[in-house]
Amino acid sequence: MNFNWRWDFTFEILPRLLWATLNTLMAAGVGYAIAVVLGLVLALAQRTEFRPLTLLAREFVEFIRSTPLVLQIFFVFYVGPQFGIRLSPWVSGMVAIGLHYSAYLSEVYRGGLESVPKGQWEACTALNMTSRQTYFRVIIPQALPPSLAGMGNYLVGILKDTPMLSVIGVAELMHTANAIGSESYRFLEPYTLVGIIFLAISLPAAGLIRLFEIWVRRKLGMR
Amino acid sequence: MEDMSEYPLELSGDNVPMVRFMNVTKSYGALVVLDKLDLEIAAGEMVTVIGPSGSGKTTVLRMLMTLETINGGVIYVDGQPLTHMPKGGVLVPADARHLRKIRASIGMCFQHFNLFPHMTALQNCMEGPVQVLGLSKQVARERSEELLDLVGMIDKKDQHPSRLSGGQQQRVAIARALAMRPKVMLFDEVTSALDPEVIGEVTNVIRKLVSEHNLTMLMVTHQMGFARDISDRICFFFGGRIEEQGPPDALFENPQRDRTRQFLSAVKEAV
Amino acid sequence: MQVSYWEFLQTYGARFLDGTAVTGIQFLFASAVAIVVALIAGLGKLSSNPLIRGIAITYIEIFRGTSLLVQLYWIFFVLPLFGITLPKFAAGFLSVGMNVGAYGAELVRGAIQSVPKGQWEAALALNMSPAQRMRRVILPQAFLLMLPPWGNLIIELLKGTALVSLISVADLMFQSKQINASTYLSAQSFGTALIVYYILARFLVTPFMRWLERVMARRLGRG
Repeated sequence: MNFNWRWDFTFEILPRLLWATLNTLMAAGVGYAIAVVLGLVLALAQRTEFRPLTLLAREFVEFIRSTPLVLQIFFVFYVGPQFGIRLSPWVSGMVAIGLHYSAYLSEVYRGGLESVPKGQWEACTALNMTSRQTYFRVIIPQALPPSLAGMGNYLVGILKDTPMLSVIGVAELMHTANAIGSESYRFLEPYTLVGIIFLAISLPAAGLIRLFEIWVRRKLGMR
Repeated sequence: MEDMSEYPLELSGDNVPMVRFMNVTKSYGALVVLDKLDLEIAAGEMVTVIGPSGSGKTTVLRMLMTLETINGGVIYVDGQPLTHMPKGGVLVPADARHLRKIRASIGMCFQHFNLFPHMTALQNCMEGPVQVLGLSKQVARERSEELLDLVGMIDKKDQHPSRLSGGQQQRVAIARALAMRPKVMLFDEVTSALDPEVIGEVTNVIRKLVSEHNLTMLMVTHQMGFARDISDRICFFFGGRIEEQGPPDALFENPQRDRTRQFLSAVKEAV
Repeated sequence: MQVSYWEFLQTYGARFLDGTAVTGIQFLFASAVAIVVALIAGLGKLSSNPLIRGIAITYIEIFRGTSLLVQLYWIFFVLPLFGITLPKFAAGFLSVGMNVGAYGAELVRGAIQSVPKGQWEAALALNMSPAQRMRRVILPQAFLLMLPPWGNLIIELLKGTALVSLISVADLMFQSKQINASTYLSAQSFGTALIVYYILARFLVTPFMRWLERVMARRLGRG
């Protein structure tokens, strides 16, 4: 057994890994921002009366959810240049991961919207509200709290999926650990540290999301 | 297709009813819920619909609120067609804009209240006046507080629905509907979801409305005694049609039809 | 670019098929691992023995708190330092199975806990041993409850197997990457793989899970 943890090496590489963690957080944040908006578009598209649009959005969501993210990342990164569009690793990575998670978030929104009782829609009709007023003043505020848990899970999910961006050379945490490994031929410390850093972020995140959910519910006066 | 030329573009004359169902048919697939219904409600009249479940009585209210589309016939409100609009000299199915215009004169209270849970009692009442009628917040607040006072809920105006009992929620819901100043009020089994001991607080509010305000009201209820006390007319529905109708005392004391008698005696036994 | 898609398929179809076969085997092995791990960890988390419970919780939190890619690299590159060297094929399906098993454990636990309390009490009243209660009364009912969410999880597992290509297991993803590298026909290479994954998920795995749900429901007299 050649297991020996070297603390000096650990402290040598830690700053580099922590710096890369910032990139990881940024990638997750930007990807999530894309997914939050695009997911709403996909969810609302599936509620329109226009059948072709509804079917197209539904099938798109199914397709994205049935195929591996890592393959989608490769696809976005390599297919562009074939048709003369060059996207940087960062841009293609954000597009791929944002698109991927928008499909999942659209399902969360859909569930939230469907959880609002039918009587709420009817009360809006009885008050003669427009469909815009109905959505923005009554339905979405109520669809939000039940969606928050799912939205939070996917925020953590997107964070944990950012290591896949290393395959096209986005300099996030995993990519940096790989680089350290191939420079020093030591894998124990970098890969273990990556695991610990992810744990250190994702474990408290679950609790924070739960607190946020409670806060929003209270803010809206709902139990 | 129905021949729409037999329906007038609007009702005119001296005694235009506030609500007029003309030949209204509603079906779900093969199941006919309402069969060529004709019903007139005069301005200021209080009409109660009774009947066994499945007789189509709730559907009457829901169609008038445009929560259900109709399969035949026309509904008029205050002389104007609700479900249809005139176009090129005949009636065609109403578009969203027309519906919104005519629907403004109708208000409704539901069995399960349907208050907005993320708004306080006062905010629930102000929502329609501010957002839909475009009133200033000041005016809407005054109007809403006045109505919450009328239903005896003024001291709970800043509570969210989850903090209120069923009877309290229903009273707020009545105030919310009244805040839109409708000409016609619909009450759809407003006491059915309530505990027996709080039914009175809701029926008392409706009694007050009948005696103090000149509203046209259409109500579906299982409270026979209450219906008899306050209604100008009772309609007994059976199998999607009006089986019998008339003044409450006549209908309850001296029903003319077998089905009415059977229904009334079954209800009496249950009490 | 001059090559038609038909010609492309004639030339590389066999390699896509080989890759699909490897993906299929990885999928089956990883599923088996995931189910076993999920049962053990799920039951372990409900154990009254604090040591067993602690181990199960630690396992679940570590594997859910970090990402599959990190776990895969750790098992393949770091575990040998502890004297455990796995062939890449085994490292692949073990990582995927253990990762998905941690999520599955939560489904097992949740399903067992949502079997009505009266069922436990009825089994106790019949003087069944704890093992009998679990095996004869609770698990069959819990199994039916957790099948629908397992359907989603198994799709995640199928997609997860694509990552084994990153330690050079010659699965579908790996083959499409190789073909892309030698032909530069990215849309065709990655597009074909996307379609194959989509077909596997949508027309094989999902219908199978639905079928299983129906069969199990009928067995429990709820069909």
